[in-house]
Amino acid sequence: MDQHKKSPISRPPTSLEINTDLAFRYTCLGFAWLTIAVMCYIVFEISWKAGPAIQEYGLGFLSTQTWDPNTKEYGILPEIWGTLYSSAIALLIGSLFGVSVAVFLSEGYLGNFVFSILKIFGVQFHPFWGKLPSASETALKNLVELLAAIPSVVYGLWGIFVVIPMMRDSCNWLYENMGWFPLFGTRFQGPGMLPASFVLAIMILPTISAISRDALVAVPPKLREASYGLGATRWETILSVILPTASGGIFGGIVLAFGRALGETMALAMLVGNVNTIKVSLFSPANTLAALLANNFSEAGSDEMKVGVLMYAGMVLMAITLGVNVIGALILQRATAGVKGLN
Amino acid sequence: MAASPKDPSQLNEVDISRLERSLRKPRALLSIFLSMTVTLMTVMALVPLFSVIFMLFYRGASKLTFENFTALPPTAFEEGGGFGNALVGTIVMVGIAGLISVPFGIMAAIFLSELGPNSKTAKVVRFCAKVLSGFPSILAGVFTYGAVVLVTGGFSAYAGGVALSILMLPVVMLTAEEAIRMVPRRMKEASIGMGATQTQTLWYVTLPTALPGILTGVMLSVARAAGETAPLLFTALFSNYWLINDSNELQLNDATASMAVLIYNFSNSFVDNQKEMAWSASLVLVLGVLVTNLIGKSLSRGGPTR
Repeated sequence: MDQHKKSPISRPPTSLEINTDLAFRYTCLGFAWLTIAVMCYIVFEISWKAGPAIQEYGLGFLSTQTWDPNTKEYGILPEIWGTLYSSAIALLIGSLFGVSVAVFLSEGYLGNFVFSILKIFGVQFHPFWGKLPSASETALKNLVELLAAIPSVVYGLWGIFVVIPMMRDSCNWLYENMGWFPLFGTRFQGPGMLPASFVLAIMILPTISAISRDALVAVPPKLREASYGLGATRWETILSVILPTASGGIFGGIVLAFGRALGETMALAMLVGNVNTIKVSLFSPANTLAALLANNFSEAGSDEMKVGVLMYAGMVLMAITLGVNVIGALILQRATAGVKGLN
Repeated sequence: MAASPKDPSQLNEVDISRLERSLRKPRALLSIFLSMTVTLMTVMALVPLFSVIFMLFYRGASKLTFENFTALPPTAFEEGGGFGNALVGTIVMVGIAGLISVPFGIMAAIFLSELGPNSKTAKVVRFCAKVLSGFPSILAGVFTYGAVVLVTGGFSAYAGGVALSILMLPVVMLTAEEAIRMVPRRMKEASIGMGATQTQTLWYVTLPTALPGILTGVMLSVARAAGETAPLLFTALFSNYWLINDSNELQLNDATASMAVLIYNFSNSFVDNQKEMAWSASLVLVLGVLVTNLIGKSLSRGGPTR
């Protein structure tokens, strides 16, 4: 770092330049530290503002079910349940589709597809066509990632006007004919757990597919070749060699998507129904922590206890999502290190 | 089939026909079935994207008029109207957020990539940035409510900007770090060899080379921030008026409208006109976000010259 001072070739830097250099470097260091400070300040601010409510309600806040501003009784058990339940369903749907998309994108299906179509039309191999498979794969990958770019409030709007009407008939049929089954135990009235989780699944799908695809692409080609060499079919290779090797990365992606689903707000606030109940039924309205915050904060005003209660709920959400995100990041870190070791 | 010529007797022990692909074998059929399933699921995964875009054009485009961009939001009993103030509000708040997060993010990225890439500080900073990037957007709003709205005593465009900047910061920082890292070592070494200080190298060599990559991060973060609703619900709230009042004063200290909050407010409206307005606003917002996103991604494709 100091070499240029000792052996200047064209001209030694003037003292002004040296001082600017130092100042700039310390500014950068300062901003780096500021990132840590911002992170700590966020955690501190939310916990500190939650202080009065923690003293007032204690841990009972997490296990009571009433939310009544008139009697000042507050509890967020239904919201915790709703948050975890909706995210779990979304994760189930989202990871099934997300991993499928990742396999489709990483195993060269699209390339084969394009080439087989070209063969049907009798197109001769040409340098230009040779680029098509990878180009179309990139295009498809970007298309899936566009799902993540659509704002969640637009997904909410789409959910209200498209998903809920689309689901209504089949869900009510399920209720009428299979109402004894706990998952279909209530009538589908519109906003509820299922449409919310469905939209949530669409929103986390790009995260899962992108991270899983990276993990699948990182599997050393030698493993695949060895498996084909033993006579395994394409899917025997995928199921018994490639997926297990990439499982760490895929799992990390799923955990990160879980963290994202827990904190997702707008689509849920618009679709989940905002009713504080704990029900197993997929069709019943529910509530989530993020939706609770979104709906109540603007009316809190400067009422310290109301703000405190909401901050407490925010702190619980922060604790859950931070925990999940940190675990996901750690899994991903370890998974990528493991795959590198194989090479 | 290829066989080893040295020892033909061993060939008989391996039944080569077993290794051939035959459509009568369950394992081949299973493989084909799973391939078809995966293809089908990928197609199905794209259905929502096309459905959203189709619905936006179907319900939003027909009602989209020039008036929409210049008029104030309609009240329940009004016809016509638009989302002009929300569009301005979104641009202003994203601008404020960018003014905070872009310099901040790039400076921190310079530290991460150039000054101390392997230091302990860098590791902690990177960890913080990753945690922040997975931070629920509503919590950025909760934090800003406590740290800005309660302190300054009201909803404001500044508070909205601060909340958005928290969400933009990690995107800008991590992509800028990656972009600066991609700049070839030799260019920096040549500059240092000419007697330039590290700062001069950064300003005249590294940052210009990394500019497309940095801009990618900025564009992606702008696209993300423009669509955010949750943190704006209680930092900027909403307003039915322009940012500039009748006496030509800029009112950044008042509640400010934004596209996303307008869509949220009107989505549950019982008035058809407002519902249509929500769809038109969504179309404009999504097109804006997608275009910003695509520009950002196409910028990085050029990449730095090696």
